[in-house]
Amino acid sequence: MDFQMEMQRVSFCAAQIGNLGLVLLWHILHLFVSIWYFLLDLAFVFESYLISGGVLKNYKALDLGKLKYLAIVIESEEAYQTSKVIELLQWLEAIGVKRVCLYDTEGVLKKSKGAILNKLKNATEFEDGDEGLVDQKRMALEFSSFSDGKEAVTKAANLLFAKYLKLANLVGDHEEKIFTEPNMDEALKAIGCRGPDPDLLLVYGPARCHLGFPAWRIRYTEIIHMGELKWMKYGSLIKAIYRFTTVRQNYGK
Amino acid sequence: MEKTSGNTATRLFWSIVSFLRRCLFLVISIRPIPRHIAFIMDGNRRFAKKRKMMDGDGHRIGFLALMSMLKYCYELGVTYVTVYAFSIDNFKRNPEEVQSLMDLMQEKIEGLIKEESIVNRYGVRVHFIGNLKLLSEPVRSAAERAMAATANNSRGVLSICIAYTSTDEIVHAVQESCEEKLDEISAMNASGAGYGLIKLGGNEEDERVKIVKLTDIEKHMYMAVAPDPDVLIRTSGETRLSNFLLWQSAFCYLYSPSVLWPEIGFRHFVWAVLKFQSNYFYLERKRKQS
Repeated sequence: MDFQMEMQRVSFCAAQIGNLGLVLLWHILHLFVSIWYFLLDLAFVFESYLISGGVLKNYKALDLGKLKYLAIVIESEEAYQTSKVIELLQWLEAIGVKRVCLYDTEGVLKKSKGAILNKLKNATEFEDGDEGLVDQKRMALEFSSFSDGKEAVTKAANLLFAKYLKLANLVGDHEEKIFTEPNMDEALKAIGCRGPDPDLLLVYGPARCHLGFPAWRIRYTEIIHMGELKWMKYGSLIKAIYRFTTVRQNYGK
Repeated sequence: MEKTSGNTATRLFWSIVSFLRRCLFLVISIRPIPRHIAFIMDGNRRFAKKRKMMDGDGHRIGFLALMSMLKYCYELGVTYVTVYAFSIDNFKRNPEEVQSLMDLMQEKIEGLIKEESIVNRYGVRVHFIGNLKLLSEPVRSAAERAMAATANNSRGVLSICIAYTSTDEIVHAVQESCEEKLDEISAMNASGAGYGLIKLGGNEEDERVKIVKLTDIEKHMYMAVAPDPDVLIRTSGETRLSNFLLWQSAFCYLYSPSVLWPEIGFRHFVWAVLKFQSNYFYLERKRKQS
């Protein structure tokens, strides 16, 4: 009996030690990953200083023709740093980007809208349907949050449902006429949640993730992770926009 | 004699490799691993061009890469795997290419039904996700047979997105939800409990009445067979989602290695999982907050 209990205790201790060993190995593995990304970050920071210093000639002339609409996703906790957001927008203005959508999950940026528009003398709020009339000299800003994604699609679905109800009593299959992508587009426009599809989406946060940006709008959007807002660099911004201008899309073909 | 000893040596080598791989997976799974991984298999044509092969060969080697990735996923313990096999946009390609892709897919789908296929080895249930009506009859029928043959497998799930785009999925889910609600209302009216709801059609109050709820739409998504993905891997360095899982990837870690799909290997898989683990707590927190 004692022998059996001893054996059980020994195997329990062995299992604990084995587990600790595995945890240690896991941490060592992740240490390698962290070191790798730390070195990569150093290289990127150095490169961004070279870019903003004008040393790397490639990045000097940016052809913004392809960048008609830019979206910026900011981690909500960092979005409280309104001064940083304003600085970022001022850089974009200097680069020549005219239309920007600012997104954060919780709507912090929507609340800071007034402060942002006040500070940026040359910016206005973007209205749906403004596309043809946009004043080329001023920057147009759109403010978006999580509720403009799935909830907006739900509201649009209810609009389509109302149409469906109207035709319900008539004979024939109406589904094909009502439930189409263009009609969904129209329904989203009707509720004011159908801004233009961004060409480029920059994520300022800890991870490369679009954090719920309205799904309907990011079908072919290039998504680039810029790191956290507090470490934002002008050179990195130029590099991201430059790399976007070199991308060639097939759109499935 | 030499041949058999050569074979034994090769087998021993691969056994050791497999053992080391399992040890590595044991270490990695000490902390949370992704429950659902999605793959956009991009770069087959570029690979074929690079190696001066025919286009179709790139896709065939891509299929082998897919089998390896599935093996690693199910060995690690990932329950749900989703792959973007064919987009509705891909129908725009030239007809010969589309036909050869369809033929390849039919051949591989038939392969999945076989007893010794990877899905039966790992007990994986297969779903074909997308607007299957757009597929030709032989491919659609093969897909349906594969789904039926694996319906009893319960250790894992493989979702193959074919004739799929996110926007089509969303519209389809909305349509199904509306049809379901109409049936409910008609049934209520028939039993006298409708309170004239059917008359809502002409009312301006429409916009404020939410009959179709978000949960209804989510229930009817093609991808309702799996939880939201934890990692979405797109190979060949492209940074866009190309209309794939846009609805489900709100809090998903997006990973874009520059390797072409047929060249993807074990180290890319491990790296993706390690990156997921680095960002796990942050993304879990965001998911819970929403």
